[in-house]
Amino acid sequence: MSIKIKNLFKSFGEKEVLKDINVEFEVGKSNMIIGGSGSGKTVLMKCIVGLMEPTSGKIMYDDMDFVSMKGKDKRNLRVNLGMLFQYSALFDSMSVADNVAFPLRMFSTKSPKEIKKRVDFCLDRVNLPDAALLLPDEISGGMKKRVGIARAIALNPKYLFCDEPNSGLDPITAAVIDELIKEITEEFKTTTVINTHDMKSVMDFGDNIIFLKDGVVQWKGTNDELRVSDDEVLNGFVNASQFLDKDHK
Amino acid sequence: MMLSSAFARPERTRVYVRRLIDEAYSLGVSSLGIVAVVSLFMGAVITLNTAYQLVSPLISPSVIGSVVSDSTILELAPTICSLVLAGKVGSNIATELGSMRVSEQIDALDVMGVNSIGFLIWPKIMGFIITLPVLIVISMFLSLLGGYTIGNATGIVSGAAFIEGAQSVFRTYTFVFAMIKTFTFAFIISSVSSYQGYYVDGGSIDVGKSATRSVVFSCVLILISDYTLAQLLLLN
Repeated sequence: MSIKIKNLFKSFGEKEVLKDINVEFEVGKSNMIIGGSGSGKTVLMKCIVGLMEPTSGKIMYDDMDFVSMKGKDKRNLRVNLGMLFQYSALFDSMSVADNVAFPLRMFSTKSPKEIKKRVDFCLDRVNLPDAALLLPDEISGGMKKRVGIARAIALNPKYLFCDEPNSGLDPITAAVIDELIKEITEEFKTTTVINTHDMKSVMDFGDNIIFLKDGVVQWKGTNDELRVSDDEVLNGFVNASQFLDKDHK
Repeated sequence: MMLSSAFARPERTRVYVRRLIDEAYSLGVSSLGIVAVVSLFMGAVITLNTAYQLVSPLISPSVIGSVVSDSTILELAPTICSLVLAGKVGSNIATELGSMRVSEQIDALDVMGVNSIGFLIWPKIMGFIITLPVLIVISMFLSLLGGYTIGNATGIVSGAAFIEGAQSVFRTYTFVFAMIKTFTFAFIISSVSSYQGYYVDGGSIDVGKSATRSVVFSCVLILISDYTLAQLLLLN
């Protein structure tokens, strides 16, 4: 259930945004993609989940190349992907419960009763048991993120993607979201890929870290390796983030 | 390409049918008010204009009924109402889909494996194609009612003469032609607006621009297809 990226390139016209990306995201781990603004994090994640076509290269899900997959095979694989978007991307015409039930109604063979049970479980799992009937407009940013997580795990996905999961949240809510993603990764053994520039999240629960700079993998390693790395560019990024963090405190 | 995806096999037919009903209501039924107002006034004004132009003791007042009936069924009800609805429904569709695009809701559907074009656009096109003809028939009736009422109230033409004139020129083919135009206009409005909204790139300003473009392109295409259909189906 790992994801392997092989020789991935992505260009927009003349501009090369991703250059020869070779990484592996491990099962049951929190795999973090970090880097400054414009480093190519979002483009990389969009390529991995199929929202963008890479210019060349392979994206292997369990040794199946997602890029060359077509039609039904691609749709079948996508059912195994759960994604939490930066701004949650909840369907604003649907209630919280309907948002979580949506993938179940579209892709499962569950009865309405079973769907309700699963929705209740997912909302309970993200500590929102009483929000089922509310509309996305009626809940806070942190609650929207949690509903986004509940929707992402509704179909028991093998792969969970989180794009800037705690951006725009206060530190306490951000910590709650981080903790929730960590728990879900361990509980459901998902291959979790998190796109972030929040170094606190990276230090707290990032298992494997990939540092992108100007569309190139500048550094990759584990959390422990990150702490003792002598890569100057990486340390510059990490220390700048921590310095700003301390400064704010 | 968008249309082939829109009419691809749905993942879950029941969900699509539910969406079709919702869209038919929100695009069609909720437009009944504006269609009624436009139609009543349109009929009343044509009656007054026709009476103003045909003042002669040699011309029977029932001609007013004929002119109002023919022009309403053949041209005014389908075309004017469609132009009005290109503004209301077209901007609604483009804004809704554009907002979904910029807030990543469409991306969320795509990541899940839902055919987002089919799920979002098919119900809008089909819902509007089903409801616009009904609205246009109501518009024809209300337009004639407006003309009848004003003619009667102002003494320009008696009710009996108006009805006699309207009945004397009614041909089934005229009505069929109006319905062919209506289906064409419904398809133009819903598909052009869907395209403009679905493929928005940018932020809220671009959503506004896409709504404007959808209205302008729909109106121009309605007028071009109106002329083309008249040329093809009335004179050949």
